[in-house]
Amino acid sequence: MSFLEMIDVLNEELIREGKDPIAFDHDCREGICGMCSMYINGRPHGPWEANTTCQLHMRAYKDGDVIVVEPWRANAFHVIKDLVVDRSAFDRIIQAGGYVSANTGSPVDANAIPIEKDKADAAFAAAACIGCGACVAACKNSSAMLFLSAKVAHLSQLPQGVPERKSRVLNMVAQMDKEGFGACTNTGACEAVCPKEISISNIAKLNLEYLSAGVTV
Amino acid sequence: MKWSDFFTSSVGKKLIMAITGLFLITFLLVHMGVNACIFNDLSFIDPNDNGDMFNRAADFMGKTVLIRIMELVLFLGFFLHIIQGIMLELQNRSRRKLGYEVAMGNKGSKWYSRSMGLLGTILLLFLILHWWHFWIPSRFTHAGLEEPISLSNGRVSHDMFNLMKVTFTEWWVVGVYVVACISLAYHLLHGFQSAFRTFGLSNSRYLALVNSIGFAYSIIVPLIFALMPIAMKLGWVE
Repeated sequence: MSFLEMIDVLNEELIREGKDPIAFDHDCREGICGMCSMYINGRPHGPWEANTTCQLHMRAYKDGDVIVVEPWRANAFHVIKDLVVDRSAFDRIIQAGGYVSANTGSPVDANAIPIEKDKADAAFAAAACIGCGACVAACKNSSAMLFLSAKVAHLSQLPQGVPERKSRVLNMVAQMDKEGFGACTNTGACEAVCPKEISISNIAKLNLEYLSAGVTV
Repeated sequence: MKWSDFFTSSVGKKLIMAITGLFLITFLLVHMGVNACIFNDLSFIDPNDNGDMFNRAADFMGKTVLIRIMELVLFLGFFLHIIQGIMLELQNRSRRKLGYEVAMGNKGSKWYSRSMGLLGTILLLFLILHWWHFWIPSRFTHAGLEEPISLSNGRVSHDMFNLMKVTFTEWWVVGVYVVACISLAYHLLHGFQSAFRTFGLSNSRYLALVNSIGFAYSIIVPLIFALMPIAMKLGWVE
């Protein structure tokens, strides 16, 4: 039984008893949508490495274990109900610059622009971020820097992301600060809990992007 | 982009911490080098030195115009690092008004990386005591430095070596200095490599190098500093 199925069973029992079921976010239940945000026994997404809550199974626990489940705690993610938090701050950060401009017209051949394999791999690894918010939940400063750096590193390493490279990083950092996330202090807690194993080295890349854009724009 | 916007952004604030932090790390090396002159008095090096080498170094540092100007820059560095550090810590703490029932603890991060504010506060309190012991007497009050001495280079100066000996006669003072050096070691263990990450160092080859240098620096420099009051108290140098 998966962790979310366990909560489904629990909710069915609560409904049968005439009580309110526990509200929680979930969607794909395949570990790719980033909706199932739960802080389980002091760790986002539970005890397994590189894993989302929906892919956590009850075999991770022994009979009689006490499991404390909490929502993400951060001012920028306010709790809507029970375990459901509002992560629209991430959407607004993406809207501030997490895109590339593409001309309309005939579609360009996918292989028309040569991209170095190492860079393509690094960009793809950063693009694996599902925006679940575990990095913010785990960070003592409630910083969204790992999420933001994944988006910036993903686009800035590809030729398609070059035109908006400077404005992207400046606007996205400004939006992140406006949303009320904290500043990164490189503790590494975000990287340790990321279900998609986004590397903290992306934060260094973001810092360099910001430094370069900040002194030249 | 305005400079004020740049330096007040979350990345800009970190940059100020990194620049001032690396500047203070460089200063520590100079400070350690000058103070380590006391070890010239060790019995197996020069038992007749009696602190002369250290006093000559202290005299040079105190009376060279360029170094006195750098002293002002150093104070600016301390001021910015301390003020920005306090502001960042308070601001970051306020970003999660309601904490967790079960804390994450050491799952993924080192305790000293999460405790830079606490370690910095210990170092600030130590710094005030350290200034009270040595910097204020040498620059202003001359308490404990009433008797000038003649150095081997012909100059007349304060006997800072004797002031150190007198200061470190009490065990509690030695203890406070050793605790401060341990705090400094942990502060540097995180701060050294974190500063380079803030400057954008992401290359794994260079990061490994920086981590190794940072680790060695964080152990060796505080250890040499800690050995100074211990050596004075135990009479290894006298």
